[in-house]
Amino acid sequence: MKPAKLWSWIIFAFGAAYFIVPLLATFEFSLRIRREGYTFDAYTSVFSDGRFQASFSYSLLIGVCAIIVGLLIVVPAAYYVRLRAPHLRPIIEFITLLPLVIPAIILVFGYIRMYNTSSALPLLGTNLGTDILLTLAYVALALPYMYRAVDTGLRTIDVQTLTEAANILGANQATIIAKVIFPNIIVAVLSGAFLTLAIVIGEFTIASLLNRQVFGVYMQNVGANRAFEPAALAVISFVITWGAMGMIQLLARFAPKTARRD
Amino acid sequence: MTNVSSVADPAAGPVSTGPAVRVGGNPFRFFTRLRLGDIIAIAPFIIFALLFLLIPTLGLVVGAFQDPQGNFTLQNVMDLATPQIAASFWISIRVSVTSAVLGAAIGLAIALAIIRGKLPSGIRSTVMTFSGVASQFAGIPLSFAFLATLGRLGLVTVLLKFAGFDLYKSGFNLLSFWGLTITYLYFQIPLMILIIAPAIDGLKKEWGEAAATLGATNGQFWRYIGLPVLWPNLLGTLSLLFANAFGAIATAYALTGSSLNIVPILLYAQIRGDVLHNPGLGAALALGMIVITALANIVYLVIRTRAERWLK
Repeated sequence: MKPAKLWSWIIFAFGAAYFIVPLLATFEFSLRIRREGYTFDAYTSVFSDGRFQASFSYSLLIGVCAIIVGLLIVVPAAYYVRLRAPHLRPIIEFITLLPLVIPAIILVFGYIRMYNTSSALPLLGTNLGTDILLTLAYVALALPYMYRAVDTGLRTIDVQTLTEAANILGANQATIIAKVIFPNIIVAVLSGAFLTLAIVIGEFTIASLLNRQVFGVYMQNVGANRAFEPAALAVISFVITWGAMGMIQLLARFAPKTARRD
Repeated sequence: MTNVSSVADPAAGPVSTGPAVRVGGNPFRFFTRLRLGDIIAIAPFIIFALLFLLIPTLGLVVGAFQDPQGNFTLQNVMDLATPQIAASFWISIRVSVTSAVLGAAIGLAIALAIIRGKLPSGIRSTVMTFSGVASQFAGIPLSFAFLATLGRLGLVTVLLKFAGFDLYKSGFNLLSFWGLTITYLYFQIPLMILIIAPAIDGLKKEWGEAAATLGATNGQFWRYIGLPVLWPNLLGTLSLLFANAFGAIATAYALTGSSLNIVPILLYAQIRGDVLHNPGLGAALALGMIVITALANIVYLVIRTRAERWLK
């Protein structure tokens, strides 16, 4: 074996150990809840906890809302930029990258100051308003990924020809986006959606400061009060993240391969 | 050529018949050609960006320069220099820099090993998929995972004790600077691999062959060709990793509670209960974070545009 190849194996093994050991350790820890031996009781205890079910379904609901709102905002804008205003692209892309520049805690601090009960738009005054604000905060968090995904999808199809063809057949702009463009980029859209879900499902900072009982806040609570359930929750989260990212990989295989004319 | 055709506005048609002064480069020319449909398409995005990204952030920036009565003051910003706050900025910067540098170095080594190390082809796609997952596996669950690994009862700690080495007696503590840094590496390294892999793919095989033909050794290839081409990308990714760690709070909060006073945790406590006893100081804290992450990201964006020239 050449020394270079040997080094590659050593580095790979070292990296694999760093990434796999914590997963194994977490799993092992989650089984240790009974003195007499390994059991899955920590998982049973988590799954039967009403707060787990409530917080998880609430997070899921907010996540799905964030995906829908995000799509309604991003798809028309990305389509418009690609078709009619390429010169706006740098500005739009800069805006979509802002959530990577502005930490989540800054964002939510800004919201709390801007939408408090004595403001012009007192979203934080009601439960529904706070839910809406949380959804929109998650839309903001996911914006960089959502825009990327949709834009990548648009790049693989011939937006201009599709639009012209639909125009000739008498479709208006809303119909074109909803019935022609959207179905063609559905694979890209779904991968953006799953990434959004992966981000939203464990989010803690924003929800905690808005006093919403999301899955991330529930996990933090359990972490502060229990010993073995947190490890079980970590394993569950990892499986969820893996599932969401695995779906993206799977979807990539079904991506349309229609090249655009250049 | 492809560049030119993709930049040109396909729907523009002939140049509009405005005054002669308004030549091609005018950034405002699109306002003259807006149709109702276009406005409806772009308006939600713009309104959202203003209401939920730009104005809240600008509000904090303005708030940092206001006293409780709303008058202009520099006192909040000056108060950032108090020992407690300065110390938390310092530890935040140290954790972010260390985890970014180590994450970049280790990530680069792994990326090089799986892409150019002649390992079996299945390994690369496995590592890339795993990196996608691990880079998102942050926050609360990550801190649980490391508590179960390197905490006082964690598997590695226990196994090492069996082997005769007491990790915690040797001075290690998961709830410390190094503990936090090691934990952050779990999402920093995969992020580095994901970002740098395309750049390593951009190193053309012909360059290596040409260098070898001219008599360069492997080391010389990296010294004079490989690293100089990757350099802008490395620096850029480094700043992204820095910002990524600097803004992170959930992992540290669940791991250390408030025993390690990094800036986001201080700000979190301030938002929760005004622990600094001055709302304006909270805004100044936010301003400090914005300035630092913005600086890091500006470095990234500038360097990235330069790097992309090489990797077409």
